[in-house]
Amino acid sequence: MGNKKYIQTIGFAAAVVSIQIITYFSATGYFLTQLTMSGYYSIVVIGLCLLMGYAGQISIGHAGFFAMGGYITAVLTTFNFSPFVKNTLISLFSKTGILIARQDLYGGQILSFHPLFACAGAVIFTIVVAYIIGGPVLKLKGHYLAMATLGLGTIIYKIVIGTTILGEADGISDVPAFTLIPGLLEVSGKPSMRIQNYYFAWGLVIISMVFVLNLIDSRVGRALRSIHGAEDASNAMGVDTAKYKLHTFVLSAALAAMAGVFLTHFNGGIGPSEASIMKSVRYVAIVAVGGMANLWGALIMGALLNFFSMRGYFGTLDDAVFGGILILIMLFAPEGLLKTELFKVKRKNFQSAEKSGEV
Amino acid sequence: MFNLISGFLRPNSGEIMFNGQQIQGLKPYHIAAKGMSRTFQHIKLFPKMTILENVMIGRHVHSKSEFIAGMLNLPWTRREEMRIKEKAMEILAFLGISDMADTEATSLAYGQQRMVELARALACEPRLLLLDEPAAGLNMRETAEMGRLITKIRDSGITVLIVEHDMSLVMNISDEIVVLSYGQKIADDVPLAIQKDSEVIRVYLGEEND
Repeated sequence: MGNKKYIQTIGFAAAVVSIQIITYFSATGYFLTQLTMSGYYSIVVIGLCLLMGYAGQISIGHAGFFAMGGYITAVLTTFNFSPFVKNTLISLFSKTGILIARQDLYGGQILSFHPLFACAGAVIFTIVVAYIIGGPVLKLKGHYLAMATLGLGTIIYKIVIGTTILGEADGISDVPAFTLIPGLLEVSGKPSMRIQNYYFAWGLVIISMVFVLNLIDSRVGRALRSIHGAEDASNAMGVDTAKYKLHTFVLSAALAAMAGVFLTHFNGGIGPSEASIMKSVRYVAIVAVGGMANLWGALIMGALLNFFSMRGYFGTLDDAVFGGILILIMLFAPEGLLKTELFKVKRKNFQSAEKSGEV
Repeated sequence: MFNLISGFLRPNSGEIMFNGQQIQGLKPYHIAAKGMSRTFQHIKLFPKMTILENVMIGRHVHSKSEFIAGMLNLPWTRREEMRIKEKAMEILAFLGISDMADTEATSLAYGQQRMVELARALACEPRLLLLDEPAAGLNMRETAEMGRLITKIRDSGITVLIVEHDMSLVMNISDEIVVLSYGQKIADDVPLAIQKDSEVIRVYLGEEND
């Protein structure tokens, strides 16, 4: 059980490396930009898969958490705090290096948050919000939970689009690079940093994946699956079901926020479409295509579909494609694409071969 | 009644004492942690989980790995997992169903599913075990086997409280019987005395007409 998980992870890491090598030799390095973005979206998918597939709690508001992470880091790193420098807190921040001076797009000097602190602030804020909202919302079940999280997503979208400081319909641009290792690694859209960013994004994906895979194999993961199966019985066996659901919700919101932070630095900005309901539906659709309780399925589908979408293969029908996918999957393959008849036959053959000792 | 004791329903008035502590109003998971475990009249196993995993859930109150430890798969978490698994296997062996450990719970026959529910409740190592109609839906042979197991559990030092109207089971294994009629206690005695109790006979079998 344990070993299989690590072999899969190593196999996946090898695939990540080979894709980069292929793009290098086929002179298609520009693919890496979309692959990097698709990696960040996959982190959202991993968290949502844990929440939906394992704990059995739907969320149609995860784009909201992604946007929350992205927008907070964007505001903190682009808002000019220098007019407030007389404020003791601001001047303290400025002296301790939490606020740094830099040049904006038009050459003016601005004083704004260091990306590291903006990132921490964004993730912590999202965690707090998820905690406060998750408590009451997760008492709901089924359709009602879906409606409530949909409402949450709508609220965040409306806030984003109606707030001046968040750039309203234009979003926020000129988000600075997030320098992690000076000269070597910075999360930004610079072509010279393309390969580093690709590996950084997919490194984060793999780390998130290992953590979540470990979690579902643990006592907590077992408790989550029991909640999914029979919540009453789980509670009677001593599982604090409300707490476990809430913590899982918060964890997946935090993963979404982290992805939002880095993608915003990578893109150099964020727009309100990241908070839209269609984005949330897209994440749900990807988890469903992957097979709900199937992290690898969700991850691979997330990477592929987001990549195709960003390369523009779906054209103007982008959102329609994801909506359509959701309907088709629910109708014909509710357990995910990999568990349809076509794949099942192969798996059965493999199992019977395994039993007779051929493998 | 069981739903009140185990915390699924909140009593409007009165108190419930367990081990010298008031437990009314506590959540079910809290009561479970205090050493009370239950089964359900309508079987509530965890689908898509194996028998072993179902029983391992019963060990939840006796283990403590949480989110961070689970995500990092720390050495002590792994050791704890091993202990949980061993204990669960032990309980399956105690009930004589070890060979089904890797079967998916909901693919079993009804009588076997009841057995797994019993194993899961036992894995909590309760002081008090509540069995909600353990013979419901079982045939005579399975009922007898269930009775034998319940006696075995009683003999291992666990107090067992059963709600049941299968008289062959109740009369054979009980130390003490409480008879209820519309929520009111009408008798409380050893099985033999209950069988002769005139009030019980009147309520459950009807009056003799002169």
